[in-house]
Amino acid sequence: MTEVNRVLAGLGLAAAISTGILMPQMAVAADDTIKVGILHSLSGTMAISETTLKDTMLFLIDQQNKKGGLLGKKLEAVVVDPASDWPTFAEKARELISVDKVAAVFGCWTSSSRKSVLPVFEELNSLLFYPVQYEGEESSRNIIYTGAAPNQQAIPAVDYLMKTEGVKRFVLEGTDYVYPRTTNKILEAYLESKGIAKEDILINYTPFGFSDWQTEVSKIKTFGSAGKKTAVVSTINGDANVPFYKELGNQGLKATDIPVIAFSVGEEELAGLDTKPLVGHLAAWNYFESIDTPANKKFISAWHTFIKNDKRVTNDPMEAAYIGFNAWVKAVEAAGSTDTDKVIDSIVGVSVPNLSGGYATVMPNHHITKPVLIGEIQGNGQFDIVQQTASVVGDEWSDFLPDSAPLISDWRKPMACGNFNTKTGLCGGTTKAVAAK
Amino acid sequence: MPSFRLLPIALLLFGICFGFAAPAFAQASNIADLVNALGVGGFPEREAAIKALVDSHDPHVNEILQELNDGRLFVSSDGGRVYLQGGTADAPTYADPITGAVAADVDPDTMGKVKINNAVRTLLSSAMSQLTLRSPDRAARLAAARDLLKDADPANLALLDTALAAETDATVKSTMEAARAVIMLKTSASDADKKAAIDTIAARGNKDALTILTTALASAPADLKPAVQADIDAITRNLQVWDVAQNVWYGLSLGSVLLLAAIGLAITFGVMGVINMAHGEMVMLGAYTTYVVQETVRSVAPGLLDYSLAFAVPAAFLFTALVGVAIERGIIRWLYGRPLETLLATWGLSLILQQAIRTVFGPTNRQVINPTWMSGSFDFGGLAITQNRLWIVVFAIVVFVILQLVLNRTSLGLQMRAVTQNRRMASAMGIRTPFVDAMTFGLGSGIAGMAGVALSQIDNVSPNLGQNYIIDSFMVVVFGGVGNLWGTLVGALTLGVANKFLEPYAGAVLGKILILVFIILFIQRRPRGLFALKGRAVEQ
Amino acid sequence: MITQMLFRALDRKTAWVALLILIAAAAVPLANLYLPASNPLHVPDYAVPLFGKYLTYAMLALALDLVWGYCGILSLGHGAFFALGGYAMGMYLMREIGPRGVYANPILPDFMVFLNYKALPWYWNGFDNFWFAALMVVLVPAALAFAFGWFAFRSRVTGVYLSIITQALTYALLLAFFRNDMGFGGNNGLTDFKDILGANIQAGTTRAALFAASGIALALALLVCSMIVNSKLGKVMVAVRDAESRTRFLGYRVENVKLFAFVVSAVIAGIAGALYVPQVGIINPSEFEPANSIEIVIWTAVGGRGTLIGPIIGGILVNFGKSIFTGWLPDYWLFALGGLFVFVTLFLPKGIVGTVTGLWVSTRRRPVVAAAEVLQPEPEAAE
Repeated sequence: MTEVNRVLAGLGLAAAISTGILMPQMAVAADDTIKVGILHSLSGTMAISETTLKDTMLFLIDQQNKKGGLLGKKLEAVVVDPASDWPTFAEKARELISVDKVAAVFGCWTSSSRKSVLPVFEELNSLLFYPVQYEGEESSRNIIYTGAAPNQQAIPAVDYLMKTEGVKRFVLEGTDYVYPRTTNKILEAYLESKGIAKEDILINYTPFGFSDWQTEVSKIKTFGSAGKKTAVVSTINGDANVPFYKELGNQGLKATDIPVIAFSVGEEELAGLDTKPLVGHLAAWNYFESIDTPANKKFISAWHTFIKNDKRVTNDPMEAAYIGFNAWVKAVEAAGSTDTDKVIDSIVGVSVPNLSGGYATVMPNHHITKPVLIGEIQGNGQFDIVQQTASVVGDEWSDFLPDSAPLISDWRKPMACGNFNTKTGLCGGTTKAVAAK
Repeated sequence: MPSFRLLPIALLLFGICFGFAAPAFAQASNIADLVNALGVGGFPEREAAIKALVDSHDPHVNEILQELNDGRLFVSSDGGRVYLQGGTADAPTYADPITGAVAADVDPDTMGKVKINNAVRTLLSSAMSQLTLRSPDRAARLAAARDLLKDADPANLALLDTALAAETDATVKSTMEAARAVIMLKTSASDADKKAAIDTIAARGNKDALTILTTALASAPADLKPAVQADIDAITRNLQVWDVAQNVWYGLSLGSVLLLAAIGLAITFGVMGVINMAHGEMVMLGAYTTYVVQETVRSVAPGLLDYSLAFAVPAAFLFTALVGVAIERGIIRWLYGRPLETLLATWGLSLILQQAIRTVFGPTNRQVINPTWMSGSFDFGGLAITQNRLWIVVFAIVVFVILQLVLNRTSLGLQMRAVTQNRRMASAMGIRTPFVDAMTFGLGSGIAGMAGVALSQIDNVSPNLGQNYIIDSFMVVVFGGVGNLWGTLVGALTLGVANKFLEPYAGAVLGKILILVFIILFIQRRPRGLFALKGRAVEQ
Repeated sequence: MITQMLFRALDRKTAWVALLILIAAAAVPLANLYLPASNPLHVPDYAVPLFGKYLTYAMLALALDLVWGYCGILSLGHGAFFALGGYAMGMYLMREIGPRGVYANPILPDFMVFLNYKALPWYWNGFDNFWFAALMVVLVPAALAFAFGWFAFRSRVTGVYLSIITQALTYALLLAFFRNDMGFGGNNGLTDFKDILGANIQAGTTRAALFAASGIALALALLVCSMIVNSKLGKVMVAVRDAESRTRFLGYRVENVKLFAFVVSAVIAGIAGALYVPQVGIINPSEFEPANSIEIVIWTAVGGRGTLIGPIIGGILVNFGKSIFTGWLPDYWLFALGGLFVFVTLFLPKGIVGTVTGLWVSTRRRPVVAAAEVLQPEPEAAE
């Protein structure tokens, strides 16, 4: 029986520890600070991209506090590590909202992590600012999407290729997951609507973290030798990009022959590469570090001061985080409260300056307006901007997918619906719609 | 950017105002005006300015185009003068691109780079190639001829003919002839000339020729079409044969990467029986050592930067071997005879090492440069062989041979084999088994570190590097047969080649799944791998 | 006689723990639902699914311990069975959404709609029925384990070879489920569930019920495992673990014993996965990651391999620690976790339970002795 007692004692101890650990956290929730949750992976495969965003958020919060905080209170960052594990994202989101009682959360990178936390934010009625470009096909009342939707990145990019580079043949090369799949579906429909024949579009997928690109690059070369100007539209994800570009450089695929335009390659990714063989390859984003505006210069120098490293680059998701944070600050000031419902009501229509000399406005569909920039890779790891459009409104439900074309989203009252079907006149996905049927 | 958009309008107005004077203006303009025109307007205007500059036949033109191509020309936002940027990034200087006189009164903040895009870049390379076609430097001539071949502008025909007449080098000459042939197809030359041109191109027999012929097919005269089609078919057939060889090469090069990644594990896991989950992190440490060595060389002896890899190989070996010895002495030696527990401890260790690297170097990728002697590619028959892959294959072979020599020809190797085969007997014979254990683990780790040097050339140098190879490495060792280095060699190359043959048909994802299923089934047939150890050792 | 008494003691110990788990299964939901928030014993809402998740992890570790701790099969792919059970449940939950998806498609889940699926893939049929899905939760992992084990154990794949091919198995499944063409939602997996058996999945009562279900399932799994390891078959399993060849030479069908343990373990893992999914709200291919499967091994080792209570404690404790440290020390928690594994292997080789109770020798040696005493040519249950 002694061992039973010991086990019992052990379990009792564990219970005591757990309550001991969880209770104080709950006790300090109501303070004279406003807590802001930061939900970015600091370990695991996504740490490579997300750690910078954690630093960016700390930087923005620090700057806001230097300006006197928000509503007369100091902002306090609560950093957690969801460890690149999607169920952990949901767990940590719940912890931030329920235990730490944060006013809003800034976080997530991959679509999977966003999908994982979405039900949590809706259930607990909190607010997430999502700063990364994604595939669209989503609009939640509790998420503000400050990254690009496909029409703010992918479609202008292929437009540029067709117009300026005279491209007639496309390789859509992507990592096999939802963002490339959806984006490529949209692009395929769009290109066909522009008169590109089916046999002039090659779609190819590779696994995550793919590192042996020899066959794929030579396939691109072969596809490009059919006599028509060919370009690659790359939705290759994170880790796989460096080996891909290294192989491109080594196989001598020049931008003047077959340009590659990427949607997930920014300054941060190029920092790990020798870009001299890649000069002229393209990327489409809504921000580049090389933007020549006073606001951007100020941002970069403040960032360098904060991070104590003047070699750290800035990139598009950082600008999206910057816009999201400022929009939240402005909405909270307008609402006079951090209450989720009040902030959601006041945030639509909020305009904040972006870093490319214009304004970003939060639209009723919880996406923002963004200019589209096309940049060419330079030898120093930066991009030269070769085209900039006026601001485009993020289109969450793509017009190029048959089932999403009739959907619109408007979170203003009285509609307050994220997927209103203009054909049936119903707000899809609600019990209301089911009853009407 | 608003000024950017307004500029074309301004330029248009400018054009209207001076429309009548334009011809005179163009003639009267000196080289300085032409250079300054580069800084005006958008990309279409820049193209026009480049053409005008080339037409001026000024001796400075080539130099200026090169500077434009390199992004060293800057234009001031107010005055519209174009300068050549020099100095350092922190303290740039601005000089007149023609005279080289440094302008002292330029405010760097008002200067913007004269940007180019791919269209301008293409034009520049074509323009420069016209100018370098008769350069005394063979490489420059070859590059120029290749550019002309790609560009194939009928306007260059006369230029090409003069250059051809003077050319002596066979390779350059054949490239020029091909370029001439392609141009001929675009002109209204006689059918006989065109036929000859097609034959010249078809004789090249590579992918580029296929591209040219496919393009030409559409515009070819009706009676030439069958001939062109026949040539296309012949080249396609030929290329299919080469494709097989190409796949073998890709497979070998993938196999050699797998071999490098796995061979250290073949020692720590295969020979010693330690399930070393931190093996991938040894590879990663090797890659980071490469980075540190490179940065050291960059600051100490920048001239040797191209050879920093040569220093990195021994440095990575020594460093990771030391780490390996430390791990063995600190942790593994307490766990002999409990192989599965080594799995737990080394897994914990791998988490610590990853996070340590993340803390020290940051989570983002580090840049390891490709030395020039490892960049680019060359054609070998119909094979396109990239230099870095070639070197990695060579490196893998050298590492393997040295390892075999160490194990079979040195007394340390003899002792290693003795200890792993029968520890107590070896100990009884007077071998210091703890020392040998440490050395063996150090050797395995050191080799993993050298693999890291090679992988830094083709993959991310990030804290996650090792994770991407650990599973593949275990598969290779198990497939080849634990405890047998030859098995690892054959296993790695087989899996590499099989993967590359599956990839074009099944796709990269499915190909990998099929390989894994194949390994699972293979192990059912041969439960101890390709080269199974026989005898009593099996039961341990 | 002495052994029989010991068995009873062992049984009593297990029964005590099972009872404790059952009490927790009842107490935590009740404390969550009926105690006011001001009460110090109140369990906050967010803690219920979190603790529920730990219980499913504990069950998974228990499943692994049955094959590793008692039968000597180190599976580095047990996460695969867990994930398959989870996917079966996830598919049911997806079908349960019905026309409430964002595109209001009555049949197709959302991810199929925007990827232009015209019809439901055949293997999604039937999953609108809970009992069919529940059957699949058991059958799919069992079938995979049976097929895999049938070949592997018959070919006498043992030791590290077996470990590595189980890793290959889960890795292949990882890659397969990442593929969008598989029709399981690719990288995003299955998420945004609404109902389970008609009850709102986000409601406090549903969460409480799921927690209770996880507790009951864990207690049952513990009893089943206890029955197995204390039966004659259990003795043979231990014999296989400690001396496989010798057991075979004694006339036992080693492969059948192993296959039985492996399939039972896979079923327990599958059920754990099915209970895990509605509580965390997402199932996606990362559950197949080989690293996840290695972690299961670690929970078991930390808690105490070869004891039934050890893996339960290990599963709960390690994951609890992870939850705490990822919030407290987000930048350094991996050092703590990695350090813990090294520490446990070096200083607590018998795991927490083994070390704390100090009974490692008796729990390990006596069943072997017992097995030697009850030797019979062919154990019935192994057939």
